[in-house]
Amino acid sequence: MADQAVATGVALPERRLASYLKSNIREYGMLLSLVAIMAFFQIVTDGTLFKPLNLTNLVLQNSYIVIMALGMLLVIVSGHIDLSVGSVAGFIGALAAVLIVRFELNFVLAMAICLLTGAAIGAAQGYFVAFFRIPAFIVTLAGMLVFKGLALAILQGQSIGPFPQSFQLLSSGFIPDQFNGTDLRLTSLFLGIIAAVALMVMDFRLRRNQFEHGMDEEPYSLFIIKNLVFAGAIIFLSYLLASYKGLPNVLVIMFVLMLLYDFGTRRTTIGRRIYALGGNEKAARLSGIKTERLTFYTFINMGVLAALAGLVFAARLNTATPKAGLGFELDVIAACFIGGASAAGGVGKVTGAVIGAFVMGVMNNGMSILGIGIDYQQVIKGLVLLAAVFVDVYNKNK
Amino acid sequence: MSTTRTSSAGSATPGLPPVLHLRGIGKQFTAVRALHDVEFRLFAGEVHGLMGQNGAGKSTLIKVLTGVFPADRGEMRLSGELISPANPHDAQLLGISTVYQEVNLCPNLSVAENIFAGRYPRRGGRGLWRIDWPRMARLAKERLARLNLDIDVTRSLSSYSVAVQQMVAIARALSVQARVLVLDEPTSSLDDDEVQRLFSVLRQLRSEGLAILFVTHFLDQVFAIADRITVLRNGERVGEYLTPELQPQALVAAMIGRELDTTSVARAAAATEAQAEQAPLLRATAVARRGQLLATDLTLRPAEIVGLGGLLGSGRTELARLLFGLDRVDSGALEIQGEAIALDHPAQAIRRGLAMCPEDRKFEGIVPELSLRENIILALQARLGIWHFLSRARQEEIATRFLRVLDIRAGDIESPISQLSGGNQQKALLARWLATEPRVLILDEPTRGIDVAAKQEIMNEIMTLARQGMAVLFISSEFEEVVRVSDRIAVMRDRRKVGELPGGSSTEDVCQMIAATS
Repeated sequence: MADQAVATGVALPERRLASYLKSNIREYGMLLSLVAIMAFFQIVTDGTLFKPLNLTNLVLQNSYIVIMALGMLLVIVSGHIDLSVGSVAGFIGALAAVLIVRFELNFVLAMAICLLTGAAIGAAQGYFVAFFRIPAFIVTLAGMLVFKGLALAILQGQSIGPFPQSFQLLSSGFIPDQFNGTDLRLTSLFLGIIAAVALMVMDFRLRRNQFEHGMDEEPYSLFIIKNLVFAGAIIFLSYLLASYKGLPNVLVIMFVLMLLYDFGTRRTTIGRRIYALGGNEKAARLSGIKTERLTFYTFINMGVLAALAGLVFAARLNTATPKAGLGFELDVIAACFIGGASAAGGVGKVTGAVIGAFVMGVMNNGMSILGIGIDYQQVIKGLVLLAAVFVDVYNKNK
Repeated sequence: MSTTRTSSAGSATPGLPPVLHLRGIGKQFTAVRALHDVEFRLFAGEVHGLMGQNGAGKSTLIKVLTGVFPADRGEMRLSGELISPANPHDAQLLGISTVYQEVNLCPNLSVAENIFAGRYPRRGGRGLWRIDWPRMARLAKERLARLNLDIDVTRSLSSYSVAVQQMVAIARALSVQARVLVLDEPTSSLDDDEVQRLFSVLRQLRSEGLAILFVTHFLDQVFAIADRITVLRNGERVGEYLTPELQPQALVAAMIGRELDTTSVARAAAATEAQAEQAPLLRATAVARRGQLLATDLTLRPAEIVGLGGLLGSGRTELARLLFGLDRVDSGALEIQGEAIALDHPAQAIRRGLAMCPEDRKFEGIVPELSLRENIILALQARLGIWHFLSRARQEEIATRFLRVLDIRAGDIESPISQLSGGNQQKALLARWLATEPRVLILDEPTRGIDVAAKQEIMNEIMTLARQGMAVLFISSEFEEVVRVSDRIAVMRDRRKVGELPGGSSTEDVCQMIAATS
């Protein structure tokens, strides 16, 4: 009897760990598969993936997808879809080029005009979706054609560039170094360390809060490991970046936006209302939520973020081309679904969408290094999207 | 309980063995023992009522019987032969046909297509893949004729009432050579006439020798139609009774395991007099909406429960929707606390102290993916506005308080509301509205589809609230419930109010008023 009691006493924490992992497999599974994909490409590319130069490129290449995925997640959670984001981004890039290069407008003013135009585009599409209840698929499909055409029109079929130096900094600029480090940009490294520590402190506070309310918290061992790995990864990545040119400006923008949207969706009234709207629109309306207006806002938000992504992309290429933004919407939507969002609405997380975007990004980058053609890259990306959603649905049904 | 007994001798069909005999059925879900050593007998030519509260094991038993999932132990015999259906289709081939609670049909297809979905009659010879439409229509008509239904089977199903759709579902289930027909709460969305019509069909099928298993929450219905009643409680069989030998009180006692408290509900009619003096919280004058409601007056005063008596489709829900701003009025005036107002969004009504528990819990009530806490604070947060954010601690405090006050059984407030039972979900929705501290509470069928005990708790809670000064508009299909709690009853028929009755009136009074005015 005594032996048995001891045995169960020992087995208990392990079983708890296992059951916790099982019930939260989605959260960790996502992250683990991203790590696995990174490790895989790190090995098959003979370490090219994590070379500081490549890592910097990876961030730059992905930034606009991540930025748009933040807005797309809200649209998808509210139960809609936006197919026009790629075209809108391309159109805004073209608009920026016309304003800055052709009309020599101040780049800050030009950017403000571009973001406002993005908001207006989102508002126009959201108006039809929210107040006239035309399916978002159709409205934004129309938008996709319209803005692709308009981009061509204002560029008159040509590329416009280059942009002035100051505008390029949006994408290709790096955090200036205060310590005159030559080999290592210390400011960037410190920023990375600060971010890592801040995230850890926030997580500790969250855990303490959960503990006080007697909620189901994750096992301590797992918590510690997760935090150490997380902090280590952030510091390591910022070290790698610091040993090249430092943290890209756009990474900082991306990171701040990510934190903002993560907080917004988890903690603020408007964020939770979007989940209620997507989960059960009738109930939300009956509870006094102005569902139409909320849908309208999510599309405006999407428009602004698509515009920002368009600016980042134009600044990165240092030119606006008629082809800019082509097919972005597919990567953005795929990122959200890989990240666990549900097409039926009401389900999805900002962190998931960001991880999903990086899964796509790392695969793009890794396969390009390996010299896999654009043809098979698409095949593989398509299959990964299908597999991710399949695993998700399979787990849910089980 | 000493009521457990079986009546093999002196049963309605002595001598004949049961068509269906389940013995020692057990079913365990990960943490819950859903069924334990359950016996169930079903004879040919009888309607057998299966009763029990939510969570008693009715649904599990039916799912075992129809092959949705297998039993862990026990045996099932159909006409003496051991069976173990692997899936509902298998069960159907064996002769066990089921009509589930939610009508599982495609409203966009024609009636005939629904009846023959998956096994359309084909044309032979020229091409096996071609559907034989004339033959399908003819066969569908025959099937429906057996149920005394004569409708155009080529029209889409959605153009018919829920009752007709229910009949079509039965016709579909019966189209194989069924020996056993299982009806899982077939009457929950039917009005009285439609129920009578369904019952006459059931009686006819019974006389043809079909064994019918009938699951319902309605006591009067089970007494009206069932020959025999089996009661389940907490996954065990309490007993099997012949209906004529069973008193309603005894049935309720068997279901809930204790005597029903009937004294707590009597309210003094004298209070109404005093209330008439008070200024109304809400006054509707000749409100109407085309196709939904004809000009109707209604006044709600503080500390008053007004019942809406009327059949399904009499305009009860339509009136509630107008009062709450879910639909806009075409004509007529609405006053809330003396202020004339035209509502065009529920948010406006909520801001003025109104609250409304909708009729359809699943489609208009819960947000399944959100936690219990978030579901409870939803309306309060909406009322406060975007910038007035409730702190997490405050949210938890509110949710925990209502968990206690309304006795909501849930693991914790962070579990998704979809994991709760129907009764607890309903209480959580009530909590959502009570959290807004409303002055006027509209309850549309707050007790539909939930068990007797939860029903009682909710009714008691409503009366306590009214005593504290809240005006309540109570809508229910069960007249007994309406007359029991109401201080005043507004009787509706054919999309308008036909009159009012004082508190203390009987169900007969309500029925008379509905029947009298023509």
